[in-house]
Amino acid sequence: MSGTPEKLILPDIPGLQRIEVYEEHGGYGALKKALGMKPDEIIDQVKKSNLRGRGGACFPTGLKWSFMPKQTPKVKYLCANGDESEPGTFKDRLIFELNPHLFIEGSLIAAYAMGISKIYVYVRGEYAKWIDILQAAADDAERKGYIGQNILGTAFGCDFVVFKGAGAYICGEESALMTSIEGDRGYPRIKPPFPAQFGLWGCPTTINNIETLANVPNIITRGWEWFSTIGAPKQPGTLLFGVSGHVRKPGVYELPTGVPMTELIYDHAGGIPGDKKIKAVIPGGSSTMWLRGSEIDGIKMDAESLKSAGTAIGTGGVIVMDEDTDVLKVLTRIARFYHHESCGQCTPCREGCGWMEKILQRFLHGEGTMEDVGLLEDVANNIEGNTICALGDAAAWPVQSFIRKFRDEFEKRAVMSPPAPKPVPPPHLVTITL
Amino acid sequence: MLSPENLKKLEELKKQFPTSKALTLPVLWLAQNQYGWISPETMKEVAEMLQVPLGHVYGVVTFYTMFNPKPVGKYHLQICTNVSCGLLGAEKICDHICHRLNIEPGGTTPDRRFTVTEVECLGSCGTAPVMQVNDDYVGGLTIEKADRLMTDLK
Repeated sequence: MSGTPEKLILPDIPGLQRIEVYEEHGGYGALKKALGMKPDEIIDQVKKSNLRGRGGACFPTGLKWSFMPKQTPKVKYLCANGDESEPGTFKDRLIFELNPHLFIEGSLIAAYAMGISKIYVYVRGEYAKWIDILQAAADDAERKGYIGQNILGTAFGCDFVVFKGAGAYICGEESALMTSIEGDRGYPRIKPPFPAQFGLWGCPTTINNIETLANVPNIITRGWEWFSTIGAPKQPGTLLFGVSGHVRKPGVYELPTGVPMTELIYDHAGGIPGDKKIKAVIPGGSSTMWLRGSEIDGIKMDAESLKSAGTAIGTGGVIVMDEDTDVLKVLTRIARFYHHESCGQCTPCREGCGWMEKILQRFLHGEGTMEDVGLLEDVANNIEGNTICALGDAAAWPVQSFIRKFRDEFEKRAVMSPPAPKPVPPPHLVTITL
Repeated sequence: MLSPENLKKLEELKKQFPTSKALTLPVLWLAQNQYGWISPETMKEVAEMLQVPLGHVYGVVTFYTMFNPKPVGKYHLQICTNVSCGLLGAEKICDHICHRLNIEPGGTTPDRRFTVTEVECLGSCGTAPVMQVNDDYVGGLTIEKADRLMTDLK
């Protein structure tokens, strides 16, 4: 590829967040074009484009849309997932800030294609400032006739509601997101039934990530053929890669899928401060499997390549750790995160995440034995696949991969025999008088 | 009681959702913005307003980390200590802030000026270490920057 790759989601156009500027650059043209197409034609285009979800699971977007029933007496919903809480992930926030109309336009096209008249955008509560930005953009779009009744003079009408979350990682899980919109604690639901059959208030619902929806206008305007040739063939398009940790220039880099990991880290993110070596990389947010620094050469940043490398593209949030990092401490912090965020419904996750954290803490306090490593692996294996949602898997994968790749870290710290048990303090109870 | 302005907002919100229960989070947000926290009385008020069980409201308030079931200070410092911030020294910054204010994470200063909370990833790993001062994000934190900030926040 010659020159700088084209940025599709976050192009360098000053003021693009303003609707006038967005329109000047062809904004809402895709919506106009889409409203002149048959809904099935749009779904077909998105299917052929090979667009895959950007929230971590990489599910084919067009296929997901085709699951929505055509004939139903029920209301249908689209939920746009802007919960963005996976540690190491900070891309959707930039879409709200720099190109909110692209996302709004994409979600309206999606709604039209699936016969949906109500969009809920679930944004994590911490993003209060960006919720205001998005709401202001939506208000502008409504004033211009892109949201509301008879959009652009057609029979298509659609509401756009921005929903503020209140602090819960689990609400990024699609069924928990829906229970949260319904007003409950964010508990995931057992699938099947899948959201396309039984979603929000029991109605057919599709949940798409913000970045996924932001890809739709370009596919409609420029065609699926064009889109499908960008980047890695099995997961085409650009990705908003978030690079953080020990790099000189952390930030979000929009690049075609399949970019070499080393190019992303060294050329774009500026390499490692002090020119240190890389000890470990988490390639796609905290739930993806760890890689040793020595094995990242030649790995490409797309779903298939990372899968062959034994890990996953996830949300494209790359966390880099230099040679001086206490990686066991980092893993312990990740385990603590999942323990904190487990919703508590499923025993393997609720109890197992706590056990994993405790075992890891033992190593940090110089009390862990090599037997504990076996126990840790056993607990992780018993969480994986045994829970309602993927949070359990997300908690198990980093631990399992760390044991495979960094056994030496445990060996360095392990003691021969565990210390004598300490007396257990009484439980700390919090009571709130109602 | 919710202010007349918030009651008006509530009427607008009702049009956006098919059930009353779905208003639980939006109304709790209105209440927390008005009072600064969610007291047991507020929970009762919200439950009555939406005609949902008090236990439901209590369950929601205690599930989501951003609802404050006890009062917080004028400035709520929420320091991320998750992976990316942790790699760049967030823990030391958090310890420093707590030490300077002479409180533990989760605590509030006696003058009710500051509450410090250690939080999970705020989604701003590119500017790590990060903390939130109320709704504002402050990135690129250092001990010196935190010190300046605390001096400036009156």
